[in-house]
Amino acid sequence: MARVVGGLTTSHIPAIGNAVPREKELLNDPYWKEFFAAYPPARAWVQKVKPDVAVVIYNDHGLNFFLDKMPTFAIGAAPEYKHADEGWGIPTIPPFKGDPELSWHIIESLVDEEFDITTCQEMLVDHGFTVPMSLFWPGNTYGDVRTIPVQINTVQHPLPSPARCFKLGQAIGRAIESYPKDLKVVVLGTGGLSHQLDGERAGFINKKFDLMCLDKIVNEPEALTKLSIHELVREAGAQGAEFILWLAMRGVLHNKVTKIHSSYHIAISNTATGLLVLENAA
Amino acid sequence: MTVITHHDLPIPGTYMFDGKAAMKGYALNKMCYSFNEAKNREEFLKDEEAYCRKYGLTAAQTKAILDRNVLAMIHEGGCIYYLAKFAGIFHLTVQDVGAQQTGMTVEEFKKKLVAQGE
Repeated sequence: MARVVGGLTTSHIPAIGNAVPREKELLNDPYWKEFFAAYPPARAWVQKVKPDVAVVIYNDHGLNFFLDKMPTFAIGAAPEYKHADEGWGIPTIPPFKGDPELSWHIIESLVDEEFDITTCQEMLVDHGFTVPMSLFWPGNTYGDVRTIPVQINTVQHPLPSPARCFKLGQAIGRAIESYPKDLKVVVLGTGGLSHQLDGERAGFINKKFDLMCLDKIVNEPEALTKLSIHELVREAGAQGAEFILWLAMRGVLHNKVTKIHSSYHIAISNTATGLLVLENAA
Repeated sequence: MTVITHHDLPIPGTYMFDGKAAMKGYALNKMCYSFNEAKNREEFLKDEEAYCRKYGLTAAQTKAILDRNVLAMIHEGGCIYYLAKFAGIFHLTVQDVGAQQTGMTVEEFKKKLVAQGE
């Protein structure tokens, strides 16, 4: 049977996408040093567990989806996912392998559980997906990992609630663990933590709230599902609402997890960055 | 059922990009979405007003674009994720855009970010 071995979360700021190819030299750069220094333990864990599949829960920022058709939840069911020009100069990285058979298994299971998601046989993946993959598989060494993109709308309100995203994650977890093939699966939740790009409150960061979230998501995620989107925007900033992607990731994992690694850093670009590695209890 | 929405409790300096904004800003956002493609960015730079007309922007949206005024774009229904593609044409980062919206210099804006970690 397929098994969810654990979960990874990281911020997915475009500036990181520009910096990743220069990571070695930036390890001595005062701006980037602390940020990149946090990743080796996460990469070591990925190397150790050697996942066959990565389910990547992320938000599209206007590469694949526009306002003409804006799905709340969309899942890729393609043999390959390509990155593409996003308009402002982030380098395009090599395509990602898919696993359509597992995708359709998850889709069937989700719809059976009344999550009426959008299915995509063609899907471009943007920095919300690509930056975390290039961080956890340095040098873009993700060639052997099959991926399943799970896209959640954070562009246009109403956004799905933290509780709904957590439940979606739980349903994805049940779907994976009912798949008959012997696969090791990791789940990524990308984005966050607190940040706001737009309006007179641009640049808003809330360290206290972020640290509370980083702590509670490990053993008490359900406490965080009581937040409304409005509260999340107030406390974490307009784009800090991306924390729903972390909660969806957490939902995929078991109730009991072990924290392998975490890190928090202010700031890269306009964002308080967060990193978390959780392993499912056996 | 009591639901607290942004209509009841606005968050100062924060704009929820909701259905109302999405309808108001549709043409503006559609134009910015087109900037994913290099050929469209080039066409825009050749004649900005003509490109705005092609996408059916209102006079206020066109003025906001020509003035590079991000807050005005947001007031006209712009969504920051698409506007970022517009800003990228001029190599403006989110910190430049943040500084402009908050009336700070970019250096002041960066200091404000760092200070929130102290």
